Amino acid sequence: MKAWGLRLVACGLPLFLVVAVTAQTQRSQPRFGIGRPATPDEIKAIDIDVMPDGRGLPPGRGTVQEGASLYAQKCQSCHGVNGQGASAERLVDRESGKNWDFAINPKLVKTVGNYWPYATTLFDYTSRAMPFMQPGTLAPNETYALVAYILALNKIVAEDAVMDPATLPKVVMPSRDKFVIDNRKGGKVIK
Amino acid sequence: MERAKTITRRRVLAAGTAGIMGAALPIAGQNADQAARPKVPADPTKVQGPLATDVGGRSPFERPRRVSFSDRRTSSLSPLQDLDGIITPSDLHFERHHGGVPAIDPRQYTLLIHGLVDRPLVFTLEDLRRFPGRSIIRFMECSGNGGRAYRREGNQTDVTPQQIDGLTSTSEWTGVPLATLFREVGASPKAKWFLAEGSDAAVMTRSIPIEKAFDDALIAYGQNGEPLRPEQGYPARLFLPGVEGNASVKWLRRIELADQPFMTREETSKYTDPLPDGTARIFSLDMDAKSLITEPSFPDQLTGPGWWEIRGLAWTGRGRITRVDISADGGRTWQPATLDDPVLPKCHTRFRLPWQWKGGEATLMSRATDETGYTQPTLDVLMAARGPSTAYHFNHIRAWKVNPDGTVKFAGGGA
Repeated sequence: MKAWGLRLVACGLPLFLVVAVTAQTQRSQPRFGIGRPATPDEIKAIDIDVMPDGRGLPPGRGTVQEGASLYAQKCQSCHGVNGQGASAERLVDRESGKNWDFAINPKLVKTVGNYWPYATTLFDYTSRAMPFMQPGTLAPNETYALVAYILALNKIVAEDAVMDPATLPKVVMPSRDKFVIDNRKGGKVIK
Repeated sequence: MERAKTITRRRVLAAGTAGIMGAALPIAGQNADQAARPKVPADPTKVQGPLATDVGGRSPFERPRRVSFSDRRTSSLSPLQDLDGIITPSDLHFERHHGGVPAIDPRQYTLLIHGLVDRPLVFTLEDLRRFPGRSIIRFMECSGNGGRAYRREGNQTDVTPQQIDGLTSTSEWTGVPLATLFREVGASPKAKWFLAEGSDAAVMTRSIPIEKAFDDALIAYGQNGEPLRPEQGYPARLFLPGVEGNASVKWLRRIELADQPFMTREETSKYTDPLPDGTARIFSLDMDAKSLITEPSFPDQLTGPGWWEIRGLAWTGRGRITRVDISADGGRTWQPATLDDPVLPKCHTRFRLPWQWKGGEATLMSRATDETGYTQPTLDVLMAARGPSTAYHFNHIRAWKVNPDGTVKFAGGGA
């Protein structure tokens, strides 16, 4: 009996290794059965990202005017009056950099207006990480309003614009088409 | 002897003028450095030493320190000039964080993987440790590293390797291959990108092409034989070998698979590289080959002509370093350096070359080549390709000028 048991162990070990190695090389099965299913509620609780096509935007709405008052309360002390920058970065300036000479003009400051390619990014980031000392505390309506205000200051949306899950993804940012895929692949040519 | 003097200079620089070890003020006949030196028995063979301890520490004579660019310490740099070999001690690994270092209870920790998957799953730290694991020795570098050398404001000469390029470090990382977890959740063939999200106050997010997950991405929980340091993502982080450091999201709480990139703030407005043609590279993830001489360097002073060893680090995000060449005459002639074993892919590689200093002026440069045939460019060549005010990926050749008095100064790209 003892010898048989040992033989089983001796056979079992390589078998286990074969399974593991196979798992390393195949994209599908087998599974280890480790981890537990995620419930829809727990996914919803932290699935906060917003994509460029608007997927992930929460219900809500906000106006430029509402945003102006919220900005004065929650943002201006770091980002300056009218988004001109202070201890935190400048948010507003569409004119400088409109020729997109960022690589050759060291004086240019990248802002939402002259550099950011997607308006949805502004919602996503503001919602997840701002205000800096109270991150993640803005209600969706507040975030929509602040985004509307920053976009209006940059003359990207009108003064009477309303931002909501339908309008925000339709905003076309001035620098939308300026970004190119990375063509560096090593080799002899310096790119 | 010269080496001891060199180290003294470095330690004083790192510790500032206040001295170290809370030492007393200098007494008559002592200078500040002597007063600051730890007291040791005159003859260690005549006295029993202290006994074993629970946790070891450095010799009180060794005081390597991370330094930061400013008082608001959102990053810190590794003291490259104080390090031998290729491994960075964990407490000296560079830092970069955008919302401080979060405190996370490992028993409360979970990682959610969802999106374009058959089975969204939640993993505890214990779960992650149960999967077949892997340890790899790989560098990590911030893609902003070396900006100081590229822009070289005011032609600074009195800067150390740490101050120029200290946002790179190498560790042994242990964890579970992300591919294993993606098989466990049943990644859909429609998934082309994944989002990695941290649980720091920035709730840091980056989008990564899915191929990287099935290549060599790791969910790391170990660093140099122990759990990750808090500032390196404790209890678990994404680790992407060869890729700009920001994408290796720390304190990882969530991964979402999707059909397109998420276009987060970091990957659009920050970690993109403007080019002279009026565009900017996006998802410029791979780190180009680079090298840096760490000895001799500022603030060393060579004490006299003769043999000195030129030492430094080379690395590439694309495979292995295949050679490093050294010039002692400002790039006119080059000699191959010796590469220490092991030469690992996507890892710091230590190079050395004995050099006979004649006592005159000399300009020392190093030039790395990787297995793709890419050779580290001169500053002029890189600047022509990228523009003087581009952002990120500053891997041009660096130079140190040795003066006849033995002082060593940073000399930018050498020209």
